[in-house]
Amino acid sequence: MNPLLEVNGLTMRFGGLLAVNNVALSLNEKEVVSVIGPNGAGKTTVFNCLTGFYKPTAGQILYRGEALQGLAGHQIARKGIVRTFQHVRLFKDMSVIENLLVAQHRHLNTNFLAGLLKTPAFKKSESDALAFAEYWLDKVDLKEFANRKAGNLAYGQQRRLEIARCMVTRPEILMLDEPAAGLNPKETDDLDKLIIDLRDNESVSVLLIEHDMKLVMGISDRIYVVNQGCPLANGKPEDIRNNPEVIKAYLGEF
Amino acid sequence: MKKLNLSGALISTVTFMLLAGWLLGIRMEPSSSGLKLALADEQHLKWLFIGMAAVFLSQLLHPIIFGNRKAKASSKKFSFKLPSPEQNPKAYRLVVSFALAAAIVWPFMVSRGSVDLATLTLIYVMLGLGLNVVVGLAGLLDLGYVGFYAVGAYTYALLSADGFGFWMCLPIAGAMAALFGFLLGFPVLRLRGDYLAIVTLGFGEIIRLLLNNLTHLTGGPNGISSIPKPTLFGLEFNRRLKGEGFDTFHNFFGISYNSQYKVIFLYLMALLLVVLTVIVINRLLRMPIGRAWEALREDEIACRSLGLNPTVVKLTAFTIGAGFAGFAGSFFAARQGFISPESFTFIESAIILAIVVLGGMGSQVGVILAAIIMTVLPEMAREFNEYRMLMFGLMMVFMMVWRPQGLLPMSRPHIELKEEAKA
Ligand SMILES: Nc1ncnc2c1ncn2[C@@H]1O[C@H](COP(=O)(O)OP(=O)(O)OP(=O)(O)O)[C@@H](O)[C@H]1O
Ligand SMILES: [Mg+2]
Repeated sequence: MNPLLEVNGLTMRFGGLLAVNNVALSLNEKEVVSVIGPNGAGKTTVFNCLTGFYKPTAGQILYRGEALQGLAGHQIARKGIVRTFQHVRLFKDMSVIENLLVAQHRHLNTNFLAGLLKTPAFKKSESDALAFAEYWLDKVDLKEFANRKAGNLAYGQQRRLEIARCMVTRPEILMLDEPAAGLNPKETDDLDKLIIDLRDNESVSVLLIEHDMKLVMGISDRIYVVNQGCPLANGKPEDIRNNPEVIKAYLGEF
Repeated sequence: MKKLNLSGALISTVTFMLLAGWLLGIRMEPSSSGLKLALADEQHLKWLFIGMAAVFLSQLLHPIIFGNRKAKASSKKFSFKLPSPEQNPKAYRLVVSFALAAAIVWPFMVSRGSVDLATLTLIYVMLGLGLNVVVGLAGLLDLGYVGFYAVGAYTYALLSADGFGFWMCLPIAGAMAALFGFLLGFPVLRLRGDYLAIVTLGFGEIIRLLLNNLTHLTGGPNGISSIPKPTLFGLEFNRRLKGEGFDTFHNFFGISYNSQYKVIFLYLMALLLVVLTVIVINRLLRMPIGRAWEALREDEIACRSLGLNPTVVKLTAFTIGAGFAGFAGSFFAARQGFISPESFTFIESAIILAIVVLGGMGSQVGVILAAIIMTVLPEMAREFNEYRMLMFGLMMVFMMVWRPQGLLPMSRPHIELKEEAKA
């Protein structure tokens, strides 16, 4: 079976700094794959290259056999690859539900006249979007806050909203950059369940950056380890856990 | 006990002295060897010292006065709210109908001058609402908005000279201004924040300079005069038939001529245009494009990560905003009967921007309120006309201190979920 996403020789250079050096990874359908590594290893930079926010210096990114490198960020998102950010990036002054409506922009009826005249087709598309947003609000347990300003939510809720906002774009690949950072243990548990639910019931593939090893080891199908921009190891969680090099560079002795 | 702000007060006073001292404290006197600097006369020095004392005292007492105020403001949130259409449709409709009825009846009861002023106010309302789309909603600081206003005005003035009627020209003027917005938007919208502001400022000036120098087309600094007034289905409001109309208003209805009719007619037309503008922008706000504008203002990177093309979203805001300026411009030309590049200087852009900021970015009612304040206040305080810009500046400073969010900040449209509605 061909992988959904295949990355080869990805390299990103900032002046003299080689932030990402020859990284390769692949992601199959309905898989959770994690990228781990010490701070400053270049994990977020890999994400930025994959989602078109940086233009990689070299390398190939194939999504269903189609080359993505060089496409703009919004074009890649439209193909079904969306991400969250290490620092939450919600539309803070807009309500929770509006955040989810904006994300569905390209699935909506954006015809100017249809909107001005409130044609039946327009109303239908808006109410469909609302229903879909509601479905996801329910899933991330934020329904009662639908009309609250996104910026006023608690931190954990903001993180969940960010995931929901990605999901309403109907993605195939969801990329999460440290989704558990700043969450309490209960919230981390919920996040664990949510990601498994996304993979099993919503059939998205998840690419995950995370420092919480319990979470990573528990849900990952495969793990890639990056260190100082270079790939260090990859494999199943148990292989990674026992890999002496990974222990030395990142995990430390338990 | 709040601490007095002594060092801050001293610094401010010295700064003030350095800045104002040049203007007030020193005088140039002709002498045998040319010009000679001399200390200003007593009157000016007195003013200088009063100014310094005022700056010193206000800075010194600032923490005492404003410290408490801030604490109060944060403990008690601003509670006055207009009923929103979704939450309380009945109250909303009632308020709107009353306001509209009052606005329609009002001109028949007041003097000609008041109606005229109100018409001018309505033009600014239209401009404010249009710029609000660009600045308040999409977050693009546009300092050259007056350029599109000028395009609209000149489009009507030039077309009407070729015999086109007002109602025909209105959409053309809007479209023309929108086209300009689109063309100018293309290269500049890659820029961000301050850079965008500077480039748009430049474009506004370029348009004005073009109008000044394309003499064969625009009449240059002399402008274009005797632009025909709009007609009511072909009825003119002049004493005698002048233009394309088939009859005059008073003759058609068999009443005696009264110049008041024309003024009221223009007012009602401006009101109609404003109401249309409000309705359209209200719809836009609840459409995907309106939400995309705001999302863009909030976070452009997040927008891109969700598949929104920032350039397209910005361009629509810029174009639509420019279109409204075009409508306002063509009406302005029709009302005035005469336009020249003088009417479209940077200060107009600044006033329109001030209206948006004063009203509360994104808020329509706020913008309307601010437009009224900005046009009516200077009229009421005519004696202080020379200090108009000074008062304008003071008002902006006080607004920034007291209510940086504007008079009536925008409230979010409430969106009802289906199950909530049932429950
Ligand atoms: N735009 C940029 N310009 C210059 N250097 C950058 C840029 N972005 C990232 N870097 C550098 O690239 C390196 C990798 O950063 P990156 O953010 O990818 O690390 P990370 O693995 O995500 O770390 P963390 O776990 O702390 O999030 C760092 O040294 C960082 O300073
Ligand atoms: Mg990172």
